[in-house]
Amino acid sequence: MSVGTIWVVVETADGAPTTISLEMITQARALADKVEAFAWDDAAALAGPLGEYGVTTIHDVGSLDGALPGVPVSGAIASAVANGAPDAILLPATYDGRDIAGRLSAKLDRSVLTNVVDLTEGDGGLVSQHAIFGGSQMLSARFTAEGPALFVIRAKSFAPEASGGAPAAVVSAPAPESGASNAAKIVATHVEERTGPKLDEADVVVSGGRGLGEKEKYALIEDLAGLLNGAAGASRAIVDAGWVPYAHQVGQTGKTVKPNVYLACGISGATQHLVGMKNSKHIVAINKDQDAPILAVADLGIVGDVHKVVPALIEALKARS
Amino acid sequence: MNVAVCVKQIPDPAAPPALDPGTKNLVRDGKLILDDSDAYGVEMALQLAEAAGGGEVTLVSMAPNGETSGLRTALAMGAAKAILVSDPALAGCDALGTAKVLAAALKRAEPDLILAATESSDGYTGTTPVQVAELMGLPSVTFAKKVSTEGGTVKVERQTEAGYDEVVSPLPAVVTVTAGVVEPRYPSFKGIMAAKSKPVETLTVADLGLDAASVGSAGARQEITNVAEAEARAAGEIVVDEGEGHLKVIEFLEQLKVI
Repeated sequence: MSVGTIWVVVETADGAPTTISLEMITQARALADKVEAFAWDDAAALAGPLGEYGVTTIHDVGSLDGALPGVPVSGAIASAVANGAPDAILLPATYDGRDIAGRLSAKLDRSVLTNVVDLTEGDGGLVSQHAIFGGSQMLSARFTAEGPALFVIRAKSFAPEASGGAPAAVVSAPAPESGASNAAKIVATHVEERTGPKLDEADVVVSGGRGLGEKEKYALIEDLAGLLNGAAGASRAIVDAGWVPYAHQVGQTGKTVKPNVYLACGISGATQHLVGMKNSKHIVAINKDQDAPILAVADLGIVGDVHKVVPALIEALKARS
Repeated sequence: MNVAVCVKQIPDPAAPPALDPGTKNLVRDGKLILDDSDAYGVEMALQLAEAAGGGEVTLVSMAPNGETSGLRTALAMGAAKAILVSDPALAGCDALGTAKVLAAALKRAEPDLILAATESSDGYTGTTPVQVAELMGLPSVTFAKKVSTEGGTVKVERQTEAGYDEVVSPLPAVVTVTAGVVEPRYPSFKGIMAAKSKPVETLTVADLGLDAASVGSAGARQEITNVAEAEARAAGEIVVDEGEGHLKVIEFLEQLKVI
């Protein structure tokens, strides 16, 4: 194997590694001889869970003391690179992951490839795959200069799989003094109440788009999602219009979802949306325009008015329960 | 308070996109328009400058062929002036190269606050604003869904996986705004007429004192090796609703044992 070491930036939720972290580690393990992780705050508690997936060493950045992770974590990684660079560094396409990637890219003066949906070995190095034009085409890219190569990986690109490894060693990798650039501080954290499953983990996702006509009609999407024990998503068009918060957005900008069933209501299926949901196991689309691109990827397409079909669907489901 | 907004002029998203067969870069030589995502940053900048009791909003952009049509749209909304970096040496620039150019241009504007979209609608790399902040030694707060300034600080509600964080940063700082945070105004007729005579300073790589070898395709350290058709999904069943379309959906969900 020509790839020696890959570092993976690991995020946690409620003290456990996030799914995307485990996805990246699994693929890194398939590509490289050695996989090491960078983590912060409760990094020491991850020795067991990450070792289980094949991580041998965790570089513990320590407590961030309310700072956003971008500056201190990229600083800690850049310091470690100076002492011996890995072949590649994988970062998650999340709010903080992208911050760390951008900072690290500028600190190391290396470019960064983002929106990676697959990573393979070839041409004497790593080759990344990127879905473009609504996922109708796959673009391959690689780095042409000295490493480490920086890749920002989209969620659900790989299936996480444990390898049953021993607990990882934990070494301290403190962030260097960063001065003014690290002056942004978190002063309060708000957890928004959520009923039902998380958008990117739900078995069923019901999404609404511009075809709903007005903001108030998004309640139909929430009702339908609730009846199917699913999560409510949205197209970029109605997020841009301010009907629903950004957190609901499915697409290139926004969440990647891969549910068992994706139900698209009044969504035309712009490139930007398709990239985020095209790999769902089953797709149902309801759209009044029979030429809408969403119908081309649907397993079941209903050409009809969402204002009639969705309420009828809700009534029929209520009658069953 | 002076606010600078990074804006991108992109090919019309409604037109079919194309790749250059040689370089496989996105073709950008047609007419360019203001990226919709940037209208939120422009609107936010205008509102923040006004709330702070005045100050100028300056646009900073990089585009081929001295393109200004997208800038004129933002000037018509109310921005005071623009700095455009346009140079044949910038063709094939990667995100870090773009950030080097924008950072150099932004230094000339000496803004108190720098706004940008979270990512562009054509390349959607999503790292450029943070790279700019790092190159300028500034703090950054990304994915803002609410922004206000008070004295020398900016307060941001930042989107998180679980909800949002309240983040406070001293100025100057870089803030990226998500779409939908404010409602971009439509340029008035008066604004459109005024925009025609607003100053657009056009600069080259040499004007910025940058080494041409560090930007553009010369500075890019990544390449596209292949573009191939993705595996297409098999065509599904299409049903025209005549009052019973919902029953087809029920049937489909039953088959999958979702209900």
